[in-house]
Amino acid sequence: MADKPVTSAAPEQPGKSGLPGAAVTSASGSRQAGRSGGSSFRDRAPFNRLPFIGRQRWHLLTRKDKLVLAVMVGIPLIFDLILIWGSVLVDFFWSLTDWHGFGAMTGGGPSHQFVGLDNYTQLFSGTYPFFWTAVVHNIFWLAFLMFVATPLGILMAVILDSKVKGLVIYRTVFYIPVVLSLALIGIIWQLQYAPDSNRGWIDGVLSWLGYSHPVVFGIDIPFVKDIPLIGQWCRDVSHTDWVGGPLAIIPTVIAASWRHVGYITILYLAGLQAFDPTLREAASIDGANARQTFFKVVFPVMKPINVVIVVITTIEALRAFDLAYITNGGRSPLELLSTLITNNAISESTRIGFGSAIAVVLAVVSLVPIVIFLAMTMREEKQ
Amino acid sequence: MSDIAATPGDAATPGDVARTPSEAAARAAKRPVGAAAKRGRIKLSRVGLYAFLITITFVWLMPLLVAIYEALRTNGDVVKNGIFSFPQSLTLDNFTTAWGSTEPSFPQAYLNTAIVTVPAVIVVLLVGSMVAYAVSKYSWRLNLLVLMLFTAGNLLPQQAIILPMYRLYSTHLLPWPFTDNGGNLLYNQYIGIIVIHVIFQLGFVVFVLSNYMKTLGHEIIEAALVDGAGVFRIWAGIVMPLCKPAIAAMATLQFTFIYNDFFWALVLMSTQDKRPITAALNTINGQYYTNYNLLAAAALLAAVPTILVFLALQRYFVRGLSLGATKG
Repeated sequence: MADKPVTSAAPEQPGKSGLPGAAVTSASGSRQAGRSGGSSFRDRAPFNRLPFIGRQRWHLLTRKDKLVLAVMVGIPLIFDLILIWGSVLVDFFWSLTDWHGFGAMTGGGPSHQFVGLDNYTQLFSGTYPFFWTAVVHNIFWLAFLMFVATPLGILMAVILDSKVKGLVIYRTVFYIPVVLSLALIGIIWQLQYAPDSNRGWIDGVLSWLGYSHPVVFGIDIPFVKDIPLIGQWCRDVSHTDWVGGPLAIIPTVIAASWRHVGYITILYLAGLQAFDPTLREAASIDGANARQTFFKVVFPVMKPINVVIVVITTIEALRAFDLAYITNGGRSPLELLSTLITNNAISESTRIGFGSAIAVVLAVVSLVPIVIFLAMTMREEKQ
Repeated sequence: MSDIAATPGDAATPGDVARTPSEAAARAAKRPVGAAAKRGRIKLSRVGLYAFLITITFVWLMPLLVAIYEALRTNGDVVKNGIFSFPQSLTLDNFTTAWGSTEPSFPQAYLNTAIVTVPAVIVVLLVGSMVAYAVSKYSWRLNLLVLMLFTAGNLLPQQAIILPMYRLYSTHLLPWPFTDNGGNLLYNQYIGIIVIHVIFQLGFVVFVLSNYMKTLGHEIIEAALVDGAGVFRIWAGIVMPLCKPAIAAMATLQFTFIYNDFFWALVLMSTQDKRPITAALNTINGQYYTNYNLLAAAALLAAVPTILVFLALQRYFVRGLSLGATKG
C-alpha cells in the first residue's frame, strides 16, 4: 500500500521526470540511484518543495541513527499493532465461539465451543431483536448529524466568516459545547428534558403553548394552543418522558448535535479562512450573489474539507456511546451498537462470543469511512 | 500547505477587510440605478442575519444557562414555584454540597483526573512526536503504511476493541512495576488507564504532527545530518522547537480529549474512588437523579476545568482541531 509502483521505474531516468517526488525511490538496492537522482534534482528544483525529498537522506544515516529510528517507531508500533489491531483480530476469533468468559480460551473444554457464524446468524436474522434496532438508531444518529447538524455547522461557519459584529461572542458560545464531554452533555440535557412542565423548560414551553399556562413570568399569550395540529402536538408531547419514551433517540441525538454543530463550525471555518479570497472576489465581480458564490465557487473548492467533515460525522455516529450510556445505561430504547457490545459482554452479561460479533460488525462498518479518509489523504500526499 | 498557518482565531484577516468594499464597489459600478434599492435590501438582510444569529446563539446558550440557573436555586424553590419563576434566593449551597458528597468527592475526582491526564498527555506527545518525526522526515519502505495504521487505529470506535482489552487488563498478570493495587493487573489502576489513553490517542497525535512536520523545511535536517548530528538530537534540538505551535495545540486538545474520556475509566476502573471525573459522572448522575439542582451543580463543577482551559487557550484548541482537518 505504501510503496507505489511508480518508484521502481523512476530511478532509470531521474533527470527527465517532471515530478521529482515520484521519481525518488526508497526501494531496496537503489540507494545509489536515489542519491545521484537527488543531486540532480537539487540543481533543478527548489529543494524544500519536493514532497519526498526525505528519501535521499537515507544514505546520510549512520547505523546508530537507523537503530534509533527503528526504536522510535518500532516500540509504539508494536503496542499499536498488538493492542488495537490485535484486539480487532481477537474479536473476530471470539466471535466464532460461544465463549462466556469463564475458563481458558485455549485448550478446549466445555466453557466454549467453536460455533462458526452462529453469532452472526443470530444477529442478522433478527433472533436478537436489539441488534437491528441499534442499527436503525445508529443510522438515525448518522442521518440527523449529517443532514441537520452538519449543514447547520457549515451555515454557522459561513456566517461567522463574513464580517459580523460580536463575532467573538457567537463563536465562543458555539465552541463551548465542543469542549464538554458527551457524558456531561447527557446530564445537562437531562435538565432540559425533565418530563415535568414545572422542571424542564422544553416541556414547560410546550405545555404552555398547548394549554397556555399563564405561569411564565406572569405572561400569557394564548395563541398556539388554538392552531389545529400544532396545539394538539404540544399538548401530547408535553408531560411525556423525553428520554424514556420509545422515540428517546430523537432528543438524545439533538443533545449530541448541540456539540456536533460547533465541531463542524470549527473545522469548516478553518477551511474557509484558508480559502483564497481572490476566487471569491472574482465571483463577486462577475455579479454572483452570496449564495451563488458559496454553492458555485466556495463549496466545490472546499471538497477536501467536505470529505473530512462527512467522514468525521460518520465516525462520530458510529462512536456514539457516552450520551446513551449515561442516560439509561444504553438499554432500550437507546440501544446502539456500541452499548450492545458493552452490555452483552461486560456490564450485564458475559456473552463474550456474541458481544465480539457485534464488535466485529462495528469495526468493519467503521473501517469504511476510515479507509475512504485515508485513501483521500494519502492520494493528496502523492500529488 | 500554507493552511497550517491559518488560525481560525482571527476571523478578519486583511484580505477580508479589503474584500467587501471592492465587492460593493463592483456591484455599484455594475448597476448604478438599482444601487439604492440594493442597499436597502442588503440592510434588511443584515437585520435578518443578526436576528438569526442572536436567536440561535441564545438557543445554544440556553442549556448552560438553565444548568447555572438550576444550580443557583434550591430544590425546594424550584419544586414549589417551577423553573419559570423568579428565584426566591440565589445560593451556592448546591455547589458546596455536591463538592463533598459525590462518589468520588470532587477533590478526589479532580486528583484522579490529574493523575491520569498529565502523564498521558506528556507521554503521548513525546512518543507521538517521535513517531511523526520518523515517519515524516525520513523515508523508508513502509512509512506510509505505518502512518495509516496509527491513524486508522485512532478512528476506530473504542467499543470495537474493548472486549480483548478488558480481558487483557482483568486476567493477564503483567510484570508491571507500578502496581497500586498490590497485584500485577493493569485493571483498576491509574497506569492502566494512562496506557490505554496513550495507545489510543497516539494515532491522532502522529497524524497531525506528521502533517505539520512535513511543512517544515528539509534543508535544516539535511544540514544537521551532514554535520554529524544524530537523529535523536535532531528531533530534540531542531524538530521539537520548530513544532512548538503544533505541540501547544495538541497539548490543549489532548488534555480536553483525555479529560473528557468516559469509556476507558468506566470499564477498566472498578473502584469508584479511583475514577476520573468524567467517568465518575455516571455514578453522580444516578446519585442525584432526584435532585436536579444538585445534579446541575455537579455537572457545572465537572465542566469548569475544560471550559477554563478552552477560554484561556481557545486559539490552540481550535488550531489543534483544524490542523487535523485542513491539512488537505
